[in-house]
Amino acid sequence: MSELFVIAEHRLGEIREITFEMLWKAGELAQEHSHTVTAILLGHEVNPIAESISDRADKVVVFDDERLKNFNADIYKETIAGLIEESQPTLILIGNTSWGMELAPCLAVRAGLPLATDCIDIMVKDDSVIAQRQMYSGKIFSNVSFAASAGYILTIRSGVFSKDRIGDRQAQMVKKDFPLKDMPVKKDFIEFVETAAGDVDITQAELLVSVGRGIGEEDNIPLVKELAEALNGVVSCSRPIVDKNWLPKYLQVGTSGKSVSPKVYIAVGISGAFQHLAGISGAGTVIAINKDPKAPIFRTADYGIVDDLFKIVPVLKDKVLETKKG
Amino acid sequence: MDIVVCVKRVPLTEEVDLVVDEHKKGIKKDQLAFVLNDWDNYAIEEAILLKEKHGGTVTAITVGDEDDEEVLRRCLAMGADRAIRIEAGDMSRFDSLGISKMLSRVVKDLPFDLVFTGVLADDDYGGMVGMMMAEQLGLNHACMVTAIEIEDGKARTTSELEGGLGEVSLVELPALLAIQTGINEPRYVSILGIRKAAKKELKVMDLSELGISDEELTPRAIIEEVYLPPETEGAQILAGDPDKIASDFVEILTKKGVMG
Repeated sequence: MSELFVIAEHRLGEIREITFEMLWKAGELAQEHSHTVTAILLGHEVNPIAESISDRADKVVVFDDERLKNFNADIYKETIAGLIEESQPTLILIGNTSWGMELAPCLAVRAGLPLATDCIDIMVKDDSVIAQRQMYSGKIFSNVSFAASAGYILTIRSGVFSKDRIGDRQAQMVKKDFPLKDMPVKKDFIEFVETAAGDVDITQAELLVSVGRGIGEEDNIPLVKELAEALNGVVSCSRPIVDKNWLPKYLQVGTSGKSVSPKVYIAVGISGAFQHLAGISGAGTVIAINKDPKAPIFRTADYGIVDDLFKIVPVLKDKVLETKKG
Repeated sequence: MDIVVCVKRVPLTEEVDLVVDEHKKGIKKDQLAFVLNDWDNYAIEEAILLKEKHGGTVTAITVGDEDDEEVLRRCLAMGADRAIRIEAGDMSRFDSLGISKMLSRVVKDLPFDLVFTGVLADDDYGGMVGMMMAEQLGLNHACMVTAIEIEDGKARTTSELEGGLGEVSLVELPALLAIQTGINEPRYVSILGIRKAAKKELKVMDLSELGISDEELTPRAIIEEVYLPPETEGAQILAGDPDKIASDFVEILTKKGVMG
C-alpha cells in the first residue's frame, strides 16, 4: 500500500476543476490497488478549499503560509520534493495546466522521478505504470512506460476524468509548517490581467460560426462572417486565428479563451485540437466543416461536412438566405 | 542581451493521413514535409525582436541530424547570429529528459541572459524540455509566456493562464522562458534570405564531446506503442452534392431552432 499524491490547483480562492478530476482518477486507482489518496494543498487561508476536497481524499496535507498566497513553481517544487522524500508516493498527479506545465518538469528533475505530460489515462499493473497520451495534435495515441522508479509524475489533461466523488472517504487533515520561509524567490507575482476583454460576448451566443486555420488567409475571413450574418449568428474562432491577429482574443474559443455553450456551433476549417474541444463541450450541436476526414473535430462533432470550405460555405450561405426568404 | 533559443524541426501533420511504422514506436515520416516547430518560430522571433531593441546576440540550437539544419538556417535567415546543432545519432534512443540534458550541457557554456524554448513541440506534445533545462541550469523561469519587457536586469513577463487570464511576473535574469504562440508576428523568410544566411556560423557538436554518460541519457519514459485513435461513433457525415448538403444543413439548423 502506498500513497497517491494529487497536487491541488486553485486560483483566486477557488479550486480548479482539474483537482476534482485528478482526485477521481486517483480514487479509482486507489480502490483497485489498495492505495490511499493524499491531496497536497499549498496556499494561504485555504481552509475552505481543504474542506471542499475532504470527502475525496484519505489525507489532505495543507501548507498554509503568507508566502504561498500566489503560485510560485519553485516554492511548490521544493515543498513537494520534501514531501515526496518523506512519503515516497507511487504516483504524483499534477494538472496539465499553465501552472502544472511549469511545475512538473522542474519537480521531475529535482526529485529524480520520471515524467509523462498531458496524460489522458493511467493504467497500473503490478508495479508498472502506463500512461496514455496523444501525439501529433491527437491524430496518434501512445502508451508510455517508465524505467523502474520509486514514484512517477504524471500531468493530467483537463476534462478527461470525471469531476465526481468516488468511494467513501473522509480525509485526515494534516497541517504542516511551511518549510521554506527563508527561500529566496527570484520571480515575483505582480498581478492577474484580463487578456480577453471585448465588446462581443461569445459565451452568450445561441449560434456561433467559428473559423480556424483552414481559412488560410486573413482575406478569407469575410466568407465565414457572411455565413454568420446570414444565420444571425456570431463569429468566433480557434487559437491560430488569434495568434495571427486576424480576429481579437475575445472571440477565441478554447482553454485559453472562452468556454461556450451555443445551441449550435459551426466549426469551419477547425481541426479540433483538444484545447479547442475543451471550450465547446457545452455546445448543443456541433457541425464541423473540414476537408480532412481524419481531423479530430469529426470525432466529437454531431454532424460533419467533409469538403473544401471555400466551395461549400458560400453554398450553405446561399441556401440559408434562400430558405429565410422563402 | 544574449539569448539562446532551443528549436526543433517537426513534421507537418495537418491534412495528412498518418501511418504507424512497423515497430509501432512512431509514425512513417518519409512522405512528410518538415517545418520549424510553430512555438519555436515565435520564440526565435521574440529573441530577434529583443536583440533589435537591446542589442546582443541570438544563438539557435537544436539536437538532430543534418536534415534538421534546415530549421537552423531558417533561424539564421530570420536574424539569429549563429547556430549550433548537436549531432546525437539515432534520436529515438532518447526521451525529453535526455534531450534537455544535452541542451543544458551546451547552453551552460554559452553567454546568455535569456534562454527561450517553445512551450510545446507539435510532434510529441511533451512540453517539458524547457522547464527541465531551467531546473538543470538553476535558472529562474516562466512558462506560457505571451509578453516580455526587459527592465533593470529583470524580465516582466505575462504568462497565459486558462480562461483568458494572464499572470504578470517579474523574473530576475538570467532566466529561461517558454514561449507561447501569438506573442509576436514571426517575420517572413525568403529563399534568398536563407541563401544569404548560409555565410553565418553553424557549428556542429558531437554528443561524444559533451561528456554525458550513456547512463545519464538512458530514457526514463519509453514509448511502448503508438496507434491510431480508437474508433468512436464520430460525426454523422452529410453526403451528396453541395445542394443536398446545404439542404440537410439548413434542416438541422431549423430542427435546432436557430433558423429564426
